[in-house]
Amino acid sequence: MYVNRSAPHGTIYAHEGLEVVLVGAAFDQEVSMAFVGDGVFQLKQAQDTSGIGTKNFTGAYRALADYDVTRLYVETESLEERGLTVDDLMPLTYDDEEDDDQEKSSITLIDRASLGQLFEAQDVILNF
Amino acid sequence: MKFALMINQGPYTHQASDTAYHFACAVLKAGHEVFRIFFYHDGVNNATRMTTPPQDERHVIDRWSELASQHKLDLVVCVAAAQRRGILDEDEARRHGKDGDNLAPGFRISGLGQLIEAGIEADRFLVFGN
Repeated sequence: MYVNRSAPHGTIYAHEGLEVVLVGAAFDQEVSMAFVGDGVFQLKQAQDTSGIGTKNFTGAYRALADYDVTRLYVETESLEERGLTVDDLMPLTYDDEEDDDQEKSSITLIDRASLGQLFEAQDVILNF
Repeated sequence: MKFALMINQGPYTHQASDTAYHFACAVLKAGHEVFRIFFYHDGVNNATRMTTPPQDERHVIDRWSELASQHKLDLVVCVAAAQRRGILDEDEARRHGKDGDNLAPGFRISGLGQLIEAGIEADRFLVFGN
């Protein structure tokens, strides 16, 4: 599981973290991502970095489904603390091959306690 | 037991690289294996041989090089993160038309797949620095 704790801009952690996820996707592992704290801002819709002159890499989140990374857990409390709802996030979806290719959301809201349990179940956690 | 380490902070500003070094020494001393040490984010700055600290200070980079040579460690630097931060081996320097390279002995430049593989292969995977 890749745990994303940083805002998308301001530091390079989100950008270089996403690069790890995309490369790691080729390794045929069971992969998920968690977005906690300021990390929830990574999935915010309509990001524009033209004012700060950094590369807007956030379009790459939309490519995650193409890499079979379809389990994105967003911590509910982190969203609420920042005045966000799931409607403020990019509509990231995938076609579920196990369910007649139905389009489903890659984003799952999860409360803090349940996310803690999910951490417990991981073999390897990478934090960015 | 098989350990893999990831180092995400450069030398001297943060203690992460020092802590990782001492941890690696302790692991090896206890007879365990260090499968790989992967340098990412500003951690790639641990791999420049141009580092020249005052003589009465520890030499973080040389220390890694020496440990690698003593124990045949696999010290891997992420190529993309390294290029962003000016860490180049001879091949990369030539490819990008740079007038010099700076990768320290005992390190090699490779891709993020090496990080993923380390996470899969190791019994314990530890991250130093954020």
